[in-house]
Amino acid sequence: MIGFLFRRVIQAIIVILGVVFIVFLLSKLIPGGEAAAALGPRRTPAAVAHFNLINGLDLPIYDQFWRYIWGLVSHLDLGYSFKNNEPVKSLISQRLPKTLSLVGVSTLVALIVAIPLGILQVVKRYSVVDYSLTTASFLFYAMPPFFLGFLLILYFSFNAHLFPVSPPIGSTGTTIFTDPRAFVLPAITLSAITIASFSRYMRSSMMDALTQDYVRTARAKGASNNRVLYGHALRNALLPILTLIGLSLPAIASGALITETVFNYAGMGLLTVTAAGNDDVPTVLGTVLVVTVFTVAGSLLADVFYAIADPRIRFGSST
Amino acid sequence: MTTHDETTPGTGPDDLLEETLILPTGQAVVVPEGGESSSVGGMGRQILQVFLENRLAVIGLFVIVFFILFCFLGPVFYHTNQTNSELALNATQNGAPSGSNLLGTDNTGFDMVGRLMFGGQASLIVGFASAAAATVVGVIYGAVAGYIGGWVDALMMRIVDMLLSVPVLFLLIALVTIYHASELLIIVVIAFVSWLVPARLVRGETLSLRVREYVQAVRVMGGSNTRIVGRHIVPNAIGTIVVFATFQVADSILLLAALGFIGEGIPAPGTDWGTMLSDGVQSAALGYWWEIYPAGLCIVLVVIAFNFIGDALRDALEVRLQRR
Repeated sequence: MIGFLFRRVIQAIIVILGVVFIVFLLSKLIPGGEAAAALGPRRTPAAVAHFNLINGLDLPIYDQFWRYIWGLVSHLDLGYSFKNNEPVKSLISQRLPKTLSLVGVSTLVALIVAIPLGILQVVKRYSVVDYSLTTASFLFYAMPPFFLGFLLILYFSFNAHLFPVSPPIGSTGTTIFTDPRAFVLPAITLSAITIASFSRYMRSSMMDALTQDYVRTARAKGASNNRVLYGHALRNALLPILTLIGLSLPAIASGALITETVFNYAGMGLLTVTAAGNDDVPTVLGTVLVVTVFTVAGSLLADVFYAIADPRIRFGSST
Repeated sequence: MTTHDETTPGTGPDDLLEETLILPTGQAVVVPEGGESSSVGGMGRQILQVFLENRLAVIGLFVIVFFILFCFLGPVFYHTNQTNSELALNATQNGAPSGSNLLGTDNTGFDMVGRLMFGGQASLIVGFASAAAATVVGVIYGAVAGYIGGWVDALMMRIVDMLLSVPVLFLLIALVTIYHASELLIIVVIAFVSWLVPARLVRGETLSLRVREYVQAVRVMGGSNTRIVGRHIVPNAIGTIVVFATFQVADSILLLAALGFIGEGIPAPGTDWGTMLSDGVQSAALGYWWEIYPAGLCIVLVVIAFNFIGDALRDALEVRLQRR
């Protein structure tokens, strides 16, 4: 297991380094350079030269990359948002906890809903229930998440007044636990797509398990239908869900961007969208980097849990 | 493969069973039902047959054809002003559906049916073009990586891993912010975030195809690497490629809708379904249902249709795999 985890950590570090490089490259590929992005269309050549000098942009490119990496490692320097007149780091640190709690809660909700749904589909396989749930998951997959979010707001906030249109303005990372009512609609919106894919996965992996030899053996030994379903098929189908969560994290992060924008919840996604609207490139690139690092770390964590949960890896020598 | 098909009577799926009924003498005892009719075509027809048996896929195909006709031929028969906002401003804004405006007008005064056609053109063009671009780039990249192998393959695939770990929308927004949006740029950018999956798929197929006997035979006969990859490996991975491309059209349309929603879609005076939907939402609370549901429905229908077709193609092409 140690060998597996070691290789996995090294892999994650390489991926993060690569993403750092890509983000650095993107900042250098701005048409007109970073000075143009920061100073706007009415810049003078003298101002550009001065900007380049004080920000070290006149140095050779490898020197700039080295300084960028060093800034990141030594004090998490993500650049400066000239539009907000604030370091990108402080912009992000206020918003990151909100996104983390929203994503965490929604993923948990998705699991709690999707696993029983998948099981239900297997128990009632090839029935009306099964087919209508499959149709529903197709529908939720095809529906743009912002459309779903708007429909929820329209029916449950404007018409029925059941839930607020958006979480409170002064929300922090823990507001989702102290004022859960305000987060019902965002959590539904964000978990809808994952529920669709998780339950489909759950269904197919349990159906697959039911055709395995160990299920036939269990039946032959006289195990009841429930025991076969929950004791054998479910236990074997549950484990890969962990991997699926890890793989779905980038998609969930993208979903969070949309959800936060629909519900005006000031997390990482809304920060990115607002910054994009203001042509605030340093902030956009900073959020891309931070969100990716957390996505990679999340996938790594999922793999660690998988390694602990799966005896084949837990007791395996190196694989 | 085709010659083999022509000499074997009948190519229905039941044939595999019926072939076992051939006596050691080489004479067929049972003449399979319909077996003597040589008109039952080759592999292509068989794939088509399995595809057409899937009712959902046929419905999906009809939906796609309908929307293509609606968006591109529709404006020929249904004349609306979709460019001159000054003219449109004289029209009723947020007008309810009526005889002259079948689905009402939007908040600028544009006729909604005409707007759906106009926006649909952009959505469909971006969907098809970016899916095609992503597929071509991904196929070449994956085939090259898988064929060369070794450290080149490892390096090329790590690059794919890195890009895949960046959440798509964040990367998309970063690119659109840096290089301001135009229709062409949006196609390029969506392709840029979408070529990674086909690269992985084709690389995997290439790894298994490059050690096949026929590839070795071409190599022994002096076929160049380009020829092997272009004429022998890629055509044999075509099933995977086509299925991916189909799903990708749906995903591209959804990505464009997401871009439209955050205000980075097709810039004015153009529009797309996502931009229309998000514009309409501003006034949805006022009860202007015609400004959101039609555009939303268009996206959902087209995306579902492509998914149905993709599923059916995957099933149909498996027939080919079974026959190998």
